[in-house]
Amino acid sequence: MLSLNRQLPNSLPPYPSTRLPIHPSTRLPAHPPMLHIENVHKQFDNGLLALEGIDLAIKPGEVVSLVGTSGCGKSTLLRIVAGLEFPTLGAALIDGEVITAPHPKVGLIFQEARLMPWLTVAENIQFGLKDLPRLEQQWRTEQVLQKVHLTNFATALPRQLSGGMAQRVAIARALVTQPSILLLDEPFSALDAFTRTQLQDHLLDIWAEDHPTLLLVTHDVEEALVLSDRIIVLRPHPGRIHRELAIELPRPRRRTSLEFQRLKEQLIGELDLTPELDLVKR
Amino acid sequence: MSSLSLPRRSTKPHRAIPRSLQGWLLPIALVVAWELLSRLGLVAPNLLPAPTTVLQTILVIARSGELFRHVGITLYRVVLGFGIGTLVATVLGALTGYSRTAHAYLDPLLQALRNIPSIAWVPLFILWLGIYESSKVTLIAVGVFFPVYLNLMSGIQGVDRKLVEVGKIYRLSQLQLVRRVFLPATLPAYLVGLRNGLGLGWMFVVAAELMGASQGLGYLLIDGQTTGRPAVIIASIVLFALLGKLTDSGLSAVSQRLLYWQDSYGAG
Repeated sequence: MLSLNRQLPNSLPPYPSTRLPIHPSTRLPAHPPMLHIENVHKQFDNGLLALEGIDLAIKPGEVVSLVGTSGCGKSTLLRIVAGLEFPTLGAALIDGEVITAPHPKVGLIFQEARLMPWLTVAENIQFGLKDLPRLEQQWRTEQVLQKVHLTNFATALPRQLSGGMAQRVAIARALVTQPSILLLDEPFSALDAFTRTQLQDHLLDIWAEDHPTLLLVTHDVEEALVLSDRIIVLRPHPGRIHRELAIELPRPRRRTSLEFQRLKEQLIGELDLTPELDLVKR
Repeated sequence: MSSLSLPRRSTKPHRAIPRSLQGWLLPIALVVAWELLSRLGLVAPNLLPAPTTVLQTILVIARSGELFRHVGITLYRVVLGFGIGTLVATVLGALTGYSRTAHAYLDPLLQALRNIPSIAWVPLFILWLGIYESSKVTLIAVGVFFPVYLNLMSGIQGVDRKLVEVGKIYRLSQLQLVRRVFLPATLPAYLVGLRNGLGLGWMFVVAAELMGASQGLGYLLIDGQTTGRPAVIIASIVLFALLGKLTDSGLSAVSQRLLYWQDSYGAG
């Protein structure tokens, strides 16, 4: 059921460790991992080392969670993949190309819905579609509104939505561009427990349809266990990969099952929830 | 909705006086009191004439055709000065708000100039531009410039970084980012700046017309003073109030229409 690996999983094909730039001919055509993170270091302007030597390879359609206590650099890592921040050393690559700007194949869902308050729900969803013909935009918007069960709210303004609805609009806005990699930065953490569970199941339904690669940042252990094929545990000061857990429970996973509870306990153990004392000593 | 018959609070509670009329109560009471005191001879008519006298004066000036000439020229100066001031402020405010480099070069100078009381420019403007329209319009434009500039600049700087990031994720160009995120996000602050600017425009048109004019409401003020007709002075003050309120209401209505999406307490 469960395998514990240190560092890179050995199930993945080897990948050239050359950094920027990688010539197309050196790419591996067979089953190229969609997403590669190679020796990523990130040092902030204030000298803080947020990430140190992160190596990670994510297969197409895989669901991977980054978990860790606050300050472990999990959000920074996600922002590097999103192309919003850049590593001090190393690189993140999509299909062998170094990420230097937000990638068209990548969708990002933030912790907050981040809707434009002056646009209606439908207009917000079309925000990233402006290059497509009008009809195609409308058709896709209808499809995705159905997916998140908000068809009746197409003309509503963000201020009229509840937190859960707003986040569903944000999900729709990310899905409508049909991303092959979906990044989620603690997407449900601002919601109540009930809505959160609902949206997690909902996300799995959406994933089951198109199998996009999901890279999820969360501090919610249960969320990571419900969703992921693989959980990457990071530890702070500096942010490093501490452990990887492959979760092989069949989906849908019952949160109450014995196996689930056992995994949860183990994962909490891995997290090392006493870093605050360390901080005080420093 | 639900079949439970809870005692529902009406959304529009019954009021003795409708909300829209509440604001009229105090002014009307004051005018009536003023009229009564004048009729009873308790205030000297050569200092404070009765409201009816003021109204008569306005009608007399109106009938002679003078009123429209005075109101027209004052309105023309305000509109022109407001337009020029707003235009320059919009260009510079957008520049310093959006570009850190432009901000570093321009803003310190503009902030220093802002601290000069605008009336202090009057002698210089008259010397440079003469006593006619240009100096007046310039003074009004300077008055309008600063609130518009300041609000626009700080409005742009205050745009939510998180929304800008959404634009970046969807790979908007700089121009698209300005049009689709910065412009609408800055609109509330900009409109506040415009309203402040318009208020100052009215203030400075009085100053401009007091410093020497042959027509306009400000001229009427001086005329009433030199010819000892307090009714004329009060009539022009009332007209200033009316025009100021009217133009501000217009701008406020436009604001509300443009900002329908805001989730604010006042919008109710």
